Amino acid sequence: MSSMTQNEKPTLDLEAVMKRLESSDGKQYWRSLEELAAGEGFQEMLQREFPRQAGEWTDPVTRRKFLTLMGASLALAGLSGCRPPGGKIVPNISDPEGVVPGKPLFYATAMPHAGYGMGLLAESNQGRPTKVEGNPEQSASQGATDVFAQASVLGLYDPDREAGLTYLGQPRVWDDAVAALRAELTKSGKGKGVYLLTETITSPTLLNQLENEFLNDYPEVQWVQHEPAASDTPIAGAKAAFGVACQPVYAMAQADVIFSLDADFLSRGPGHLRYTRDFSSRRNLEKLDKMNRLYAAESVFSNTGIKADNRLGFRAVEIDRVAQFLAFQLKVEGISEPKGLSAQARHWLTIAAEDLASREKGKTLVIAGDEASTLCHALAALINDKLGNAGKTVHYIDPVHARPGDRAKSLRALVDDMTMGKVQTLVIVGANPVYTAGADIDFKAALDKVPTRFRLGLYHDETSRLCHWHIPDSHYLESWGDVRAFDGTATIIQPLIAPLFGGGNLHDLFADLSSKPSRTAVDLVKDYWKAWFSAPARAGLNSSTTFEKFYRKSLHDGVVAGTNFPYKQVKPLASATADAERVLASLPEWTVGSVSNLEITFRPDEAVFDGRFANNGWLLEMPKSSTKITWDNAAIMSLKTALELGVALMTESRPELEGGKYHSGAASFGITGGEHGRAFVDTLRFTYQGRTLVLPVWVVPGHPDYTINVQLGYGRERAGKVGTKDVGADVYKIRVASDPWSGLGVKVERTGKQHILASTQAHHYMEGRNLVRSGTAEQTMKDDHWVHKVNGGGHGEEHDHGHGKTPLSILDGKDFTYKGHKWGMVINLTACTGCSACVVACQAENNIPVVGKLEVTRGREMHWIRIDRYFEGNPLKPEELKAHYQPLPCMQCENAPCEQVCPVAATAHSYDGLNDMVYNRCVGTRYCSNNCPYKVRRFNFLQYTDYASVSLKMVSNPEVTVRTRGVMEKCTYCVQRIRQAEVEAEKRGKLKAEREGRALNRESDCKIQDGEVLSACQAVCPAGAILFGDLNDPKSKISQARAKLENLNYSLLDELNTSPRTTYLAEVRNPNPKLVSSGKGAG
Amino acid sequence: MPQVFPRYANVLTWVIIAGVFLAANIGGVAAMIFARSPYATHSQLMLTQPVQFSHAHHVNGLGIDCRYCHNSVEDSNYANIPPTKTCMNCHSQIWVGSKMLEPVRESFRTGKSLEWERIHRLSDFVYFDHSIHVTKGVGCASCHGRVDHMQAVYQKGTLLMEWCLDCHRAPERYLRPRDQVFNMDFKPEDLQQANGKPHTQATLGAELRKKYDIRSLIECSTCHR
Repeated sequence: MSSMTQNEKPTLDLEAVMKRLESSDGKQYWRSLEELAAGEGFQEMLQREFPRQAGEWTDPVTRRKFLTLMGASLALAGLSGCRPPGGKIVPNISDPEGVVPGKPLFYATAMPHAGYGMGLLAESNQGRPTKVEGNPEQSASQGATDVFAQASVLGLYDPDREAGLTYLGQPRVWDDAVAALRAELTKSGKGKGVYLLTETITSPTLLNQLENEFLNDYPEVQWVQHEPAASDTPIAGAKAAFGVACQPVYAMAQADVIFSLDADFLSRGPGHLRYTRDFSSRRNLEKLDKMNRLYAAESVFSNTGIKADNRLGFRAVEIDRVAQFLAFQLKVEGISEPKGLSAQARHWLTIAAEDLASREKGKTLVIAGDEASTLCHALAALINDKLGNAGKTVHYIDPVHARPGDRAKSLRALVDDMTMGKVQTLVIVGANPVYTAGADIDFKAALDKVPTRFRLGLYHDETSRLCHWHIPDSHYLESWGDVRAFDGTATIIQPLIAPLFGGGNLHDLFADLSSKPSRTAVDLVKDYWKAWFSAPARAGLNSSTTFEKFYRKSLHDGVVAGTNFPYKQVKPLASATADAERVLASLPEWTVGSVSNLEITFRPDEAVFDGRFANNGWLLEMPKSSTKITWDNAAIMSLKTALELGVALMTESRPELEGGKYHSGAASFGITGGEHGRAFVDTLRFTYQGRTLVLPVWVVPGHPDYTINVQLGYGRERAGKVGTKDVGADVYKIRVASDPWSGLGVKVERTGKQHILASTQAHHYMEGRNLVRSGTAEQTMKDDHWVHKVNGGGHGEEHDHGHGKTPLSILDGKDFTYKGHKWGMVINLTACTGCSACVVACQAENNIPVVGKLEVTRGREMHWIRIDRYFEGNPLKPEELKAHYQPLPCMQCENAPCEQVCPVAATAHSYDGLNDMVYNRCVGTRYCSNNCPYKVRRFNFLQYTDYASVSLKMVSNPEVTVRTRGVMEKCTYCVQRIRQAEVEAEKRGKLKAEREGRALNRESDCKIQDGEVLSACQAVCPAGAILFGDLNDPKSKISQARAKLENLNYSLLDELNTSPRTTYLAEVRNPNPKLVSSGKGAG
Repeated sequence: MPQVFPRYANVLTWVIIAGVFLAANIGGVAAMIFARSPYATHSQLMLTQPVQFSHAHHVNGLGIDCRYCHNSVEDSNYANIPPTKTCMNCHSQIWVGSKMLEPVRESFRTGKSLEWERIHRLSDFVYFDHSIHVTKGVGCASCHGRVDHMQAVYQKGTLLMEWCLDCHRAPERYLRPRDQVFNMDFKPEDLQQANGKPHTQATLGAELRKKYDIRSLIECSTCHR
């Protein structure tokens, strides 16, 4: 046991660590700085399967509550002893057509997110939407979904939506609200003094209603759009370059070399799923010579940066200069050479530019990020034009959302009008401006000056609280509508359920305010598309089919055919470069970053976005990809910045020291920091443009120096029961709307206080042992055996256990051949972008409960699949540092160590070799978890599943048991989907045999086709990183992949002879050989 | 020092040890018996339904097929409890004034569902699929008993796991030809073997198991997920 006492605090000997890193041959992967320091405390932590306190219940209040509950449940148990069989059966009056009771139905619809649509197939179980999958036919989704879509189902049933329609807090009905609003609109002229504030609108029907009906009837109404986490610079940049407002869409799959200017195109923006899919299609391990190359110059350590082959961190303020340098190097006429770039940056950029220039014209792509400036977008457009990419890898289309312009500016104008008393009535739809407007716009005070305020919103939030009328908005799964995707493709939104908490949407409101109030959203949508269909422009279409057929097909497919925007032919303005030069000249003097000249960058959060998902437990508990923080936001900085600021990093993690001992001064590492996921971190007070905010610090190795990233969306005051109290800090309080993404001149001081962050990065630790294997395309094309010749981590020798051989077994004669199906999974580390969609999809599919921040700090999060993130390299040299993602579900071992120790056989092999978990047998010894080398088993320490909230019962997947306290659980390979497919295959086989009048032959008649069973994680993955299928079928994709890529395929901890069914394809990157640092391996 | 324990203490000790052992065993066995009793499994229990619907009358008397009402039994895990509309298909024509049927008419009039008392209830962690059992040649009567003789439906089996496994371990003991699945009155003896002798369940079951290629599925995830 550790000799470390509470007072003695081992600190990280940075030099020694660096030395070790330098001297080690081969690669070293590590997950946290503590691990890198590898002190005794860390080793101590490793000895524990579950961290300190995980098995105890120390909180006296909850303990008492528990005893009360126990009393209640005992009383109930006594009563239930003589109950009749139980429950009522309540059949329909008349069964709906097309519904087979017990079978789910899928409806094509779309989720609007920040205005743009993502195509979905929503699953309805007996009228309850329970899960969404991507719509393969729709351009933005292509079958994949992101975390927001997955978690939106939970949002639908959120009990906190139950506010009702109120006027001054008193219940009213819809018609009262409409009458009141109509009175306001007609009070003085045609809507004079009435202002409408909405989110981004792309819906064709809504725009038609708004512009041709509402604004026609009330022409004096002013309409403003507000979208705090969207950017207007891509369109403005294209306008600066081409003279017409247009927005770029990328043909990522056509690009051999991609250069990202602070663009996180793999995880953000309305087209990111499509871009991820296209990007990973060019990282096919079978076609390594065709592999694309990604350069990333970025101001954070984003998923795109993590996947990049070559990456260099910059401060956000430098990105314009980077673009300028690139343009200069690529000889965009009239662009001068920038000053101030460091020698390292020049070297890196020069080589990248050479690479771009050396490729075939039209086979490269430069992407500027949403947060980049208008100038940067204009430069990117000019570079793309110079490289011949326009019309090849980048296309320009008309802006998809309505009235593109500077949304921040128009919000400011609105607030000015409100302050000046010009606004008599304000109708706020959706957006939560009281929370999101920004620090330099006092929306709250201005709102006070508006005599009548209406709010149509999902939640009774910060904005609704200050409005006279609150009208519940309907969720997208509850209402009709339509929406356009990033490329303009329209999808009709179909509801799956009547509004659970009453209310209606903006379609209904406009309809009721119009001269023809009897129409509902469903009529409006149909009428709009009918008019669209009948237009002369659609002559080819409407002469070949009827509208009814067309409409039904559009509903069925989830796509209205022919609505994607045509590509525009654009030419750079003659004055474009001169304009760019003028802006470049006006940029402030170059300054070198330092702790006295810190930069701050703002980004929407991966989990709660701009705050709209702040009450969603699935998202809040999702460990964020690069930090693995849950339930919080933090100020992210590099190790060097943190060291220079003198913050104590993750000092103490011992509860008895909470608020007590605190090591200030020079940087010191608490060796146990991060144990339990309970990281005690320093908080800093940030002063930016005269406003202050206190935030905890989180160090991300690889983050650029002297720039601090903060995430929007936390610190909500009225998010709901889940997201309100102590969930992060509100960075809108220091964000200025005029410069929303970054700024220099942040002052930082230590508060001397600490904050507990729940980060899962140290959980489920598997002792290093080369779990991630990463190499380069060059190396792999030469010899792909490197994957199996890696240094054995703790073993220190080269070995090649079991590769290609029959696994050994202590049980004589045990073979692992199976008749029929043999399910397996291959996870492609090259493709995985760490987006966490699989984590949330698994949660939705498998009824996985949310445990809360406190429980996460005790290491009790329940996710069946986790994404481990490993760093590689020296944390003080961000330019060399790399990170790798590794999703980790249950490995479904053939020689499963868990099965051998279960005293009640609650986990056992099935006939097709799955490692089954039987909840009703489990008595909760936790031996299995203790014996699992992969740490994939999760235990219900407490009653995590919410049995109390009525509406939350409806979100459960009826095909999966809801687990109770004291039960172990883990990934099942979505066995419910396998078994259902089996039943269907058996029925199919029976029919076939019967039709042919012969006896059934299971082997041939009842085969599940490849692709018939998709695990939830596989279905959701935009990168196609997860392959699941039958290993016994030589033609299945998974067998093919394993056979063709045999040498890249490896299993984790092979030397333990567990013989996992889940294997990994090693990560292969394609870095520019000229930029690969010498020495330590490749990649 | 005098003896602390009298001589009979030896016997008493053995009696106590044996007694505790016996009591524990008897207690255990009693608990097992209790768990299988109709009281604990709710088998044989008839409940008062909103309408005293008689399966005996409708199935045996009138010859209505099971699937007329339980229409999703071949397609879905759930056999379906018929909607009010199904009752009204006939009862809008016959017995239209019957007092007994007033709840049905009321339901149809008001659109408020009938609320039947559930008779067969599996635990929530059990996933049973009607369609596959019907497809594989398990007759309705094999599990539900002679529903066609029941005035009020009751649960025939225990619905305990051992009751399921009884068949899953050796399905041939209960299999019947697919076209006989919905025949409540089926007897294997009614069919003939190839050699002309009447079938027994043993011969028929073995033959059908081979013909239908039926596995014995006793792994956990067959029913528990």
